Amino acid sequence: MATYASIKYDMALSSSHTGGGSMVLLSTQTASGDGTISFTSGIDSTFDNYVFKYINVHPADNAIAFHFNGTIDGSNWNVAKTTSHTRAYHLEDDTGAAVDYLGAHDLAQGTGFQALSNDVGNDADQQCSGTLKLFNPSSTTFVKHFIAETQTAHGANYPQPSYVAGYFNTTSAVTGIQFKFNSGNIDAGSIKLYGIKDS
Amino acid sequence: MANYHDIRYDFAIPSGADVGDMILIKTLTASDNGTLSFVDGASDVVLDSTYKTYVFKFINVNPVSGASNPKFQFNGSDDASSHSYDVQKTTTCIQSWHKEDGTNSGVLYNTSFDLSESDNTDYGIVGTNFQSLNFGDGNVDADANGGGELWLFNPSSTTYVTHFQANFNNCASDPSTENDRVAGYFNVTAAITALQFKYSSGNIESGKIKLYGIA
Repeated sequence: MATYASIKYDMALSSSHTGGGSMVLLSTQTASGDGTISFTSGIDSTFDNYVFKYINVHPADNAIAFHFNGTIDGSNWNVAKTTSHTRAYHLEDDTGAAVDYLGAHDLAQGTGFQALSNDVGNDADQQCSGTLKLFNPSSTTFVKHFIAETQTAHGANYPQPSYVAGYFNTTSAVTGIQFKFNSGNIDAGSIKLYGIKDS
Repeated sequence: MANYHDIRYDFAIPSGADVGDMILIKTLTASDNGTLSFVDGASDVVLDSTYKTYVFKFINVNPVSGASNPKFQFNGSDDASSHSYDVQKTTTCIQSWHKEDGTNSGVLYNTSFDLSESDNTDYGIVGTNFQSLNFGDGNVDADANGGGELWLFNPSSTTYVTHFQANFNNCASDPSTENDRVAGYFNVTAAITALQFKYSSGNIESGKIKLYGIA
């Protein structure tokens, strides 16, 4: 016969339970030859801090940028952004290493997609992974900051951490985020959206 | 008779339960405050050996209009009662920026805002002063603000220096986006029991600072 001890944790906690953690998984999307992955629900005033984790994102094409954009109407991915993009790299054969600013991959009030990493390799073992943090996207008073850190296996075979930050320069609520490569499909990988609880 | 469905969520998870997650400890909401302080043992703040890692999150922090070149700053306290916020620090500061008109961008190590054990010849600041989390002149427009986080590692240690690292994005007055990365350590073996935040000029008009412990 089952005892309480044997069944006490055999349950899923409700999303509103108290006393537990503050990082709430809202959704997970798994890529399989997708052109885009979009999060159009769950980004609202429920949380004032959201975290996307992209894990083992593998492109179909070689040496292309993984990037993102936001929407304020749920369908058009074209919010104006000003961003900075710094990266480091170290060649596998130790012939080069540096930290520099990638002016080709930043935006100045641009409405296009913002690169989280450039030149992601598509060898079977190559991919990019990282974190994008979005602050208070539902604000109708302030611009919306984001900060991202992405580690990439570069198409020319070296590790490349990228540090991207900036803001959606709008006082409209940002209600969705879309990810894609600038060429070809997302062959594989998962993207998880978390909300950081307010209480 | 109560059944399992009725009672299944009728309990609080013990504070020591291994939930492997971020635990919200305290939220401070600014309303024209000169400083915001998180003091262990006061106002439900926990900043002790309960957690090995703490993270502060900054949501829409912004200075009052009229503030002169405001920098958002922090310091720690290692004294249990007086909390003088003057712990010796050595830090590094990396700044990336990009103007909204696209005319200027770059990354550099900013020696004007790092701290060391001796006088900084640029601004005359020393390691016991507050550490700036943004380096450019803060924008005081109505929609301008800053967002980011500060990680603090094992502040209760009485054996080791206490490391921290921060990633803060701010609206600078150019106007530009400015991403500032600060890292360093409180160079003491006393426990860090409190942190205080403020602007170098003017009050904190609004915004939230949240403290989480990492279970």
